Amino acid sequence: MTSHEHYRYLASKVRADVLRMVHSGGASHVGTCLSIADILAVLYGGVLRVSAVNPDVPDRDRFILSKGHGCAALYAVLAAQGFFSGEWLGEFYRDGGKLFGHATHCGVPGVEFSTGSLGHGLSVGCGMALAAKRDGLSYNVFVLLSDGECNEGATWEAALFASHHALSNLTAIVDYNRMQALGNVAEILELEPFSSKWTSFGWEVLEADGHDVVALEKALSQTPRNKPVCLVAHTVKGKGVSFMEDSLLWHYRSPNKEELAQALAELETPE
Amino acid sequence: MRHSFIRALIRAAETDPRVWLLVGDLGFGVVEPFANRFPSRFLNVGVAEQNMTGIAAGLASCGKIVFTYSIGNFPTLRCLEQIRNDVCYHGLSVNIVSVGGGYSYGPLGMSHHATEDLAVMRSLPCMTVVAPGDPLEAEMATLAMIESPGPHYLRLGRAGESTVYPTEITFELGKAVTVREGDDVTIISTGAMLSSALEVADRLASESVRARLLSMHTLSPIDSDSVIKAARETRVLVTVEEHSVVGGLGGAVAEILAEAGLPGVVFKRIGLPHQFCSVCGSQDYLLAESGMSPERIKGLITTILQGANRPSVHPESI
Repeated sequence: MTSHEHYRYLASKVRADVLRMVHSGGASHVGTCLSIADILAVLYGGVLRVSAVNPDVPDRDRFILSKGHGCAALYAVLAAQGFFSGEWLGEFYRDGGKLFGHATHCGVPGVEFSTGSLGHGLSVGCGMALAAKRDGLSYNVFVLLSDGECNEGATWEAALFASHHALSNLTAIVDYNRMQALGNVAEILELEPFSSKWTSFGWEVLEADGHDVVALEKALSQTPRNKPVCLVAHTVKGKGVSFMEDSLLWHYRSPNKEELAQALAELETPE
Repeated sequence: MRHSFIRALIRAAETDPRVWLLVGDLGFGVVEPFANRFPSRFLNVGVAEQNMTGIAAGLASCGKIVFTYSIGNFPTLRCLEQIRNDVCYHGLSVNIVSVGGGYSYGPLGMSHHATEDLAVMRSLPCMTVVAPGDPLEAEMATLAMIESPGPHYLRLGRAGESTVYPTEITFELGKAVTVREGDDVTIISTGAMLSSALEVADRLASESVRARLLSMHTLSPIDSDSVIKAARETRVLVTVEEHSVVGGLGGAVAEILAEAGLPGVVFKRIGLPHQFCSVCGSQDYLLAESGMSPERIKGLITTILQGANRPSVHPESI
């Protein structure tokens, strides 16, 4: 299997696991998980220097899922990479389980930082990136943000800071599916011109189709210049399941048995 | 207190390379010695307390012991969620320092009155809350916080507070300091009210009332053993704090006493009223307006003692 085939396999597995997890837990946020599945597959399938065997090694790359409501996809990719047993995924959102509906590090190997309230992750990523710079360590820090999260002022506090301190080891990835909790980004709080906002904040800005694993790998593997990198990943909320794509309903709704079967049937099966 | 803090921090940083200081563009005339001595471990993040706290969490997750420093409510309330989620939930060694507890910045107005911080910080799981009573306690608290992993909140006064302790003291986080022994009444003080509380004890002593004075520098975890011991031995307790009467030291002691269920205990919270200031004034002026001058506190305690010493009607005699 080539690395690109592996990414596609991993993304498809993440999507299938997410659908099962969200169905069995009666959870929401399935659309956002499908939106980021390819990004996570490329990160964990190749870009990130992390080890399931030794997840706390000091010079590991750091990944923060700042949009913590997409955690089902994170848990799924971590399980697929062997950070913990895939059986845990069956406990997602369930009484007595470890896996909350927003990313938690508590007892969950591989989750770098707990999130759930939007606008926190980029600041924490700045701290981690600065620590690497000042300690002379070579790890990189990746923070995955939602577009709605860019309504938060704290995100822009961190954006100012990262460029001022030339945190070239920091990459922000924005899952730009143009939908947020109550509707379209353009109708709620327009972000455009979005890329030029990051540029004007002093960031190196890249754009890619957030479902094209080749383009994602290329963008995430670039050697940065002396500034932080923002990858604006153009994505589709609910990607991969026709009746969930671009639908606000699936920010909230949990698929029933029939919908789960239909959704799984639609996924490209890698094997 | 703030100068004692920075001196202690510099001393610790000289031997411990994990110690960092982050400021939110405040600290003029205080933080420069640290910044000059340890430029690679000092950071002015700008006027951005949420970011400062998140960065501190990120640094601490990479093994640093990080102090965030600002004044009044800026390093606490402005970034409360970052403190709760990013610092406390992860149990990180981030030490939040606020200068200007209570009415220290009196004439600057409501925005600069830190009058609910202890209540708010005390409610956070994993957070150790420290309000030292004098420059010596501030210094020792700073060193103790560095030695103790996890998050701490350090509430300081301003500068120029008098030193209460003539000699060295034994300082331990979570253990009250007995400043003066006595068994007629216990005054429990936190933060910079300690020197006023000592003056109150002196005034009472001149009338042959022996007041025990406890400096409760740590509000969470609070030294409940000392509170219960004092309740048993002196029966009358008052708390004195430059903070709202809601949820701070008075609230914490009330919780302990209510659950201890000791018979015949008389308790009074002395603190700032649960309202915003309506007049401008210096710290001393606003404290006096709030009934917090030493003579007013002493008068209140005398009144309480007179009431407490009246023959009480026991339920079983009714």
